[in-house]
Amino acid sequence: MPEPAQRLTQTEPMIEFLLNGEPLRITDEDPNCTLLDFLRDRLHHTGSKEGCASGDCGACTAALGELDGETIHYKSINTCITPLGNVHGKHLVTVEELKQGQQLHPAQQAMVDCHGSQCGFCTPGFVMSLFVLGRDEISAPDRHRIEESLGGNLCRCTGYRPIIEAAVQMFDPALQAERDPFTEREAEWVKVLQSMNRDQDVELSGGGHHYVAPATSARLAQLLQHYPAARLVAGGTDLALELTQQLCSIDTLIYTGRVREMIGVSETDTHLIIGAAASYNQFGPALTALYPECRELLERLGSRQIRNQGTLGGNIGNASPIGDMPPLLLALGASLRLRGAERVRELPLEQFFLGYKRTALQAGEFIEAILVPRPAPGDSLRVYKISKRFEDDISSSCGAFLLSLDQQIVTRVRVAFGGMDAIPRRALECEQALLGKPLDDVAIAAAMAALARDFTPISDFRASSDYRLQVSQNLLKRLQLELNSPSATLLSRVNQHA
Amino acid sequence: MRNLPETSTPTGTDQQPIKREQISGGVQQSVRHESAERHVSGEALFTDDRAVPAGTLFAYVGLASIARGKILSMDLSRVLAAEGVVSVVTLEDIPGHRDIGPVFPGDPVFADGEVLFHGQPLFAVAATSQTLARRAARLAQVDYEPWPADLTIEQGLAAQSFVRPSHTQRRGDAAAAIAGAPRRLSDRMHIGGQEQMYLEGQVSLACPDEEGGITLYTSNQNPTEVQKLIAEVLAIPISMVTVDMRRMGGGFGGKETNANQWAVIASLLARKTGRAVKVRLARADDMTATGKRHHFVSDYDVGFDDQGLIQGLDMSLSAGCGYSPDLSDAIVDRAMFHADNAYFLPTATITGHRVKTDTVSNTAFRGFGGPQGMVAIECVMDDIARAVGRDPLDVRKDNLYGPEGGRDTTHYGQTIERHILPGLIEQLEQTSDYRQRRQDIAAFNRSQPILRKGLALTPVKFGISFTAQHLNQAGALLHVYTDGSIQLNHGGTEMGQGLFTKVAQIVATVLQVDMARILPTATRTDKVPNTSPTAASSGTDLNGMAARNAAETIKQRLTDFAAEHFQTTSERVRFHNNRVYIAEDQVLSFGELAQLAYLHRISLSATGYYRTPKIYYDREQAQGHPFFYYANGAAVSEVLVDTLTGEYRVTRVDILQDVGQSLNPALDIGQIEGAYIQGMGWLTTEELVWGGDGRLQTNSPASYKIPAIGDTPAEFNVALLADSPNVEATIFHSKAVGEPPLMLSISVWSALRDAIASLADYQLSPRLDTPATPERVLNAINSIKAITTLQQQNRGAS
Repeated sequence: MPEPAQRLTQTEPMIEFLLNGEPLRITDEDPNCTLLDFLRDRLHHTGSKEGCASGDCGACTAALGELDGETIHYKSINTCITPLGNVHGKHLVTVEELKQGQQLHPAQQAMVDCHGSQCGFCTPGFVMSLFVLGRDEISAPDRHRIEESLGGNLCRCTGYRPIIEAAVQMFDPALQAERDPFTEREAEWVKVLQSMNRDQDVELSGGGHHYVAPATSARLAQLLQHYPAARLVAGGTDLALELTQQLCSIDTLIYTGRVREMIGVSETDTHLIIGAAASYNQFGPALTALYPECRELLERLGSRQIRNQGTLGGNIGNASPIGDMPPLLLALGASLRLRGAERVRELPLEQFFLGYKRTALQAGEFIEAILVPRPAPGDSLRVYKISKRFEDDISSSCGAFLLSLDQQIVTRVRVAFGGMDAIPRRALECEQALLGKPLDDVAIAAAMAALARDFTPISDFRASSDYRLQVSQNLLKRLQLELNSPSATLLSRVNQHA
Repeated sequence: MRNLPETSTPTGTDQQPIKREQISGGVQQSVRHESAERHVSGEALFTDDRAVPAGTLFAYVGLASIARGKILSMDLSRVLAAEGVVSVVTLEDIPGHRDIGPVFPGDPVFADGEVLFHGQPLFAVAATSQTLARRAARLAQVDYEPWPADLTIEQGLAAQSFVRPSHTQRRGDAAAAIAGAPRRLSDRMHIGGQEQMYLEGQVSLACPDEEGGITLYTSNQNPTEVQKLIAEVLAIPISMVTVDMRRMGGGFGGKETNANQWAVIASLLARKTGRAVKVRLARADDMTATGKRHHFVSDYDVGFDDQGLIQGLDMSLSAGCGYSPDLSDAIVDRAMFHADNAYFLPTATITGHRVKTDTVSNTAFRGFGGPQGMVAIECVMDDIARAVGRDPLDVRKDNLYGPEGGRDTTHYGQTIERHILPGLIEQLEQTSDYRQRRQDIAAFNRSQPILRKGLALTPVKFGISFTAQHLNQAGALLHVYTDGSIQLNHGGTEMGQGLFTKVAQIVATVLQVDMARILPTATRTDKVPNTSPTAASSGTDLNGMAARNAAETIKQRLTDFAAEHFQTTSERVRFHNNRVYIAEDQVLSFGELAQLAYLHRISLSATGYYRTPKIYYDREQAQGHPFFYYANGAAVSEVLVDTLTGEYRVTRVDILQDVGQSLNPALDIGQIEGAYIQGMGWLTTEELVWGGDGRLQTNSPASYKIPAIGDTPAEFNVALLADSPNVEATIFHSKAVGEPPLMLSISVWSALRDAIASLADYQLSPRLDTPATPERVLNAINSIKAITTLQQQNRGAS
């Protein structure tokens, strides 16, 4: 195993954050340690539970507060897949903090009153997701919003009905505490966090492993040259599995979440530019404003916690065949801004994926931003995700369709699928079958047949090859139905009409 | 959303006088879970949350990487040399029994020369941290001689390979009745298994005692059994092992026997190293190395008349048991006991096969075989209804057990004494508006080309008692202290079901004190010995009775003492609302009487005991009265299905469940809702997939999908059957509620078939194996469309 490369700065490596309102400074800790292990094993804060160590059950959920101007914005995260260093400069709130003296937090009291806990193991995680929901909303949200907030918390005992009830009841004015430290102490905490968020690198070293969090793209490019074997980490939602499941050691982690150029979302006359390290919930509103039809996909991508942590750069950079964003972005004709030490280049997304988990990234290069074209007048977009479970599941097939219709004739079409091949890619034969045709039964039948030439999907535990192909073909029928009768009395989607 | 029954609030100055008359937290009140406030604050300690003794080691297991074969060599030198490693154990380190089979042998602690399934533990290593132990466990160099493996029920059946002998229950000549019936159907169905997916994985902490014994902190539904197994493996008396079990983060049957191995391994290493040792399985290994609900193949042959009334049923239920018997004998028996569900079978031959496969040994899971037997007969009901062209509900109602016409005896000879279901179904049919919705759905389905709705009402009749008679006993230990505070202990374990709450309510009611005065304490084998597993929905029935017995004993002593001390008669001493009324002007608080009794040398500690009456079963003859009583319920589920993709949603559910006189309506409703959703998962999205190499591929919540919050039906109406006290002398005339409602979810599967059948105008009964994933639903749609097309072509041709 190679020695970790020499550090670049001379200051003592350390991270600082607020833990339940109090500053904490960590100097000698293995950066491969997850936040959950740190909480449970080092601090003996055992309220947060390990149910899966893979970000799938939510029992470890905590709230992470980030500076937002002069306020702190809290979001739910899975601590089991968060590298410890990622909390630098933030306020981590765990379940231990909510009860003040003998006074339960409204989220806790509502869970008690509604009989929302049975075995109690998932409960702290639910409480933390509810806590965040309670800060995001001023009055009881609708059922859809509750499900969107709690979809990443699994409960095996209750069947969820009492928890849904608690999510409403927690907004009852009678439950609100007289004193709320998260409001009272916010100004104080903002100052502390501001003092922690400076423009230098943040570093953590321990156990022979190294973690660096640069503040600029230029610095990131420099670090990648210095640490050629380093792994980039953003939300950590995928990479952390190498730590918790495969038990790997990663010598050098470089965190993208502080890189100024990578965390913003901006718009030009022609494009929406999404920083590669922007989380789904950061860029989601801007993307759905341009393309309302991708809202369902964004709500079904991972869970609330994953969407709070995971990034578009990560979803693309992993080059997974089952990533949900690439089919959409391929259909939209998105491109990537890739930065290296020497140059910046733009690459259409479809040229990025070379093979199973192989990409066109060159040594020292990273995805800085994703460029999504604005919709053209007359464009129609549809995105369909098929999975065993609606929430927080990986697609058996995910199809995205961008069509322009003129006089009911398809004048432009881009169709892309995930889950159907070793890489997400366009269905070119299918596109050809539709181009220049009306969306009638003949054209759709031809497009369905063409899809069988485009793809030969695999069978695995998620779905068989036959199902993947048939359901993908049938999505063309759904597309036809929806585009031909937009104010449909004919119902086409069970999760919209249930 | 439905309102809960009124919750009696604890003390307060603004209470109505009438309420002040009652204790807070007595039976029939919707008291909160005794740990609720600690659950929500993170203060409730699970086994992995306990502060460990100094020097505690963390152990992990090395798992086999083939399904079946001989172990040619196992080199652990790299394991031993790994960072942080302190010790390893193999089968050779075991001083006592090497087999921990709970009922029958067949479960070696570690693989004994040959591998029985992919993921079988081969050895264990103890190191200074969990991560180091896990890393080291992966470093073993094992050479195998792989053997062919039977991975499916069909393979095991073909090889006539069984973990226990097959068994048949017979009534009359089913073959003749079927042959002579006006109508006849036969088919086969695959019923999938299910992972328990308790949120808290398997975990044990073994601490060596100075005498050479072990104190074990664990997550286990059966403290007495793990105590005995540790003693046997370590070759020490049972008395030297103490098991402490405060709470589980879910069990569902998955910690009835399958928690034992990890406790035994921790104890072995604790004994070997002299240090406390914790074993906690990572989720993927937990799912790989522990047993699940059995998958089944059911084959049926049924004869019936033109109205759909069953005349004879021949059903064989073949369970995939895995490599060893574990509890499979009783599980398959229970499947057979429920192959009638709620229906009278004039003649029946029910055969159960315990098929051996080279996979993990399947084990208990809520329902314990009952769900598989029940879904098999509900499949028959739907198929008959389609064949005779009637609404499946009408066919079901006609076939119910009833008091008249000799239709009140099961195929195993037990007489149904109380016919609750006909009235219950009638009531649910009304409250769910079944008939109107049936018409509305027919109209919807005629108007919609893509989406289809389905509706089904299915009943549940579930037998309550362990079918192993000796397990139907329980003990309790009750201490009253001189301030009137009370410690309650019994043999039952708390896994979220609210057992500790209900038993505390029972004691509070008997002693007429507020429940807040009673502290339920960890289940411990040194407090109440020789207990039964908390299983078979029997926890409250058994332990509640034992605790009541203990409370009555203390109450009697206090009564006798007060009568003597205050020179009155026992009859005049009355316990009520935290006070003891002795004479008109003589009222003591409960605590004052406890103090007074202590000063006068009255024992304030008592044990309690209970054994279930009336039950017997002659397995040779397959006849008897194995169940003390039956728990009943019914559910109506409505689904919306996408015929292009097979996706679906459960849109509305109405449930009516008979829990007798509810001890705690809120907790009972919680059990019903939770069980229903868990059962829905079993029948819909929870799919276990093994690779050709025998490796479980769906080994994490990323790949194995239990219901999430969005799967909760938008409309979910749950009601308890009113005015239905158990006629048997159960604890305050309540009924068991843990398992029975799980099977209400069969209505979801039946509703899916109903929606699919609409594509053939309800003339065909689509085969739909479970779990009915979107893929299986689409396959069923494909096949019903293919048959319909073929029929139309044939009609066109003729």
